[in-house]
Amino acid sequence: MKPAATSIERVLTTLGHREPDRVPLFLLLSLHGARELGLPIREYFRSPRHVVEGQARLQARYGHDCYNAFFYAAIEMEAWGGETRFFEDGPPNAGEPIVSRAGQIAGLSPPRVAECARLRQVLEAVAGLREKAAGEVPVIGVVVSPYSLPVMQLGFERYLDWQIETPEAIERLWRINQEFCVEWANAQLQAGATAICYFDPLASPTITPPEVYRATGWRIAQRTLARIAGPTATHLASGRSLAIANLLAQTGTAAIGVSALEDLAEVKRAFAGRVGVIGNLNGIEMARWTPAEAETAVRDAIARAAPGGGFILADNHGEIPWQVSGDTLMAISEAARKWGEYPLPGRDGT
Amino acid sequence: MREDNSIVSTPEAFLEALLDTDRLRARQVLEWASRPAGPEGALDSLMMPALERIGERWESGELALSQVYMSGRICEELIETLMPLRAGNGAAAEARVAIGVLEDRHALGKRIVLSVLRAGGIPVRDYGAGLSVGELVERTRADGIRVLLVSTLMLRSALRIKLLVAELGAAGLAVKVVVGGAPFVCDRRLAEKVGADAVGYSAHQAVEIVRRLLGDGR
Repeated sequence: MKPAATSIERVLTTLGHREPDRVPLFLLLSLHGARELGLPIREYFRSPRHVVEGQARLQARYGHDCYNAFFYAAIEMEAWGGETRFFEDGPPNAGEPIVSRAGQIAGLSPPRVAECARLRQVLEAVAGLREKAAGEVPVIGVVVSPYSLPVMQLGFERYLDWQIETPEAIERLWRINQEFCVEWANAQLQAGATAICYFDPLASPTITPPEVYRATGWRIAQRTLARIAGPTATHLASGRSLAIANLLAQTGTAAIGVSALEDLAEVKRAFAGRVGVIGNLNGIEMARWTPAEAETAVRDAIARAAPGGGFILADNHGEIPWQVSGDTLMAISEAARKWGEYPLPGRDGT
Repeated sequence: MREDNSIVSTPEAFLEALLDTDRLRARQVLEWASRPAGPEGALDSLMMPALERIGERWESGELALSQVYMSGRICEELIETLMPLRAGNGAAAEARVAIGVLEDRHALGKRIVLSVLRAGGIPVRDYGAGLSVGELVERTRADGIRVLLVSTLMLRSALRIKLLVAELGAAGLAVKVVVGGAPFVCDRRLAEKVGADAVGYSAHQAVEIVRRLLGDGR
């Protein structure tokens, strides 16, 4: 019997648009590490050792195909002088925006990774996970795109208003953000990340019209990804992607995290042979799924997108909510093995 | 002032001006329609149909959230200019409708719904964002609110609405709770789970829902 591929072989094969031994599964769990260690979420993220141990235990328990070095999105804002609000049962959020007047942007400069203790902790976690992975499991680093970061820097309304009212200031902010994003991504790669998830929800046509994205976020993505010294996957965080599939395929990204709001088969066709598809289990519905519902969802996603490779089974948002139970995660993991072995079973299960 | 006979005063023309973020054009179209219909009539015949169409097209994935937001914002500015009394209705003493964001800080969805309600002529109080369950209950009681619209972004805060509904009930308040936000769009069974009286999947639905819950069948 042929030995099972390692996770990294499985992922690389599918991203080469070929069929590996089975469909790779990314359970993108960050908060769940705290539960695994019996720690409050805030306490858990105080130490990179917690994150390494949490991720190792989660991967051992569910057998999925990655380590997720992501802490929480607002950690980048801490580098910019922002604050984070913690909750006992959900992801930490960014506090008040750091910019309230467009004139402040002229005085901003990108924070240096080496000078931010919190970012250095993430790098320690990446390095620790790289050691655990022993070359067999990909370690995923995460950056927020220069185009999406202003939502936390300015607040959503201001960001949308200023793109029209003070476009020069926003252009400048994007350039500053790009410098930070490139340094932050490359620091994670240097610390041992296998690939970088370029988290860009604003790129999605759910948020931004495609013609606006083409003139703004798309150009930023092309410039930024070209300077990141390793493979990247772009995540739209539940947002739609079909209307910009051709643009996304030209950014140099290797894979796209796609939405539960679009038909997965159609999405796969749009990206087939060009960009891998990551998704699209509904992370919100997942919180109430029975094991049988989880299996049905997994089986359906695999049937729609896995033929021919180019597909990684995951949730649609890039982070599985705290409210999703261990039983459901286990049901997803088991179903992925049951229905995801290549050659794939037919519709009748044979 | 010279009259511009090229202005077409149809909901489609107004909608196009909104989607182009063309404030001047939107104002011209609305003012032109106000001549025979009056400002109130123009709002009913142009602004509300345009906002409804935009909401429907967002829900189907055809339009982006930024377009919905900018359209609502332009409409609010037009109301403030042309009908300052209606624009100020957020502070009106008779407002029995309120809107707030439970715990989350992201207020974009709330802002869009607020714009639509004001365009629809519904007096509404804006309670802001980052509110606790206790704050919402207290303000609902103090203001005699009959319809409370609650916006959330994260699943954890969406689930907290169940506690809010229970606390409002325990306080003996006869208030209807309307929910909206990303978690409810992603899970169409969530609103029922948290005990909401109604759910809006797009901002444009707010006017019809609020009128129905107030018993105003206009």
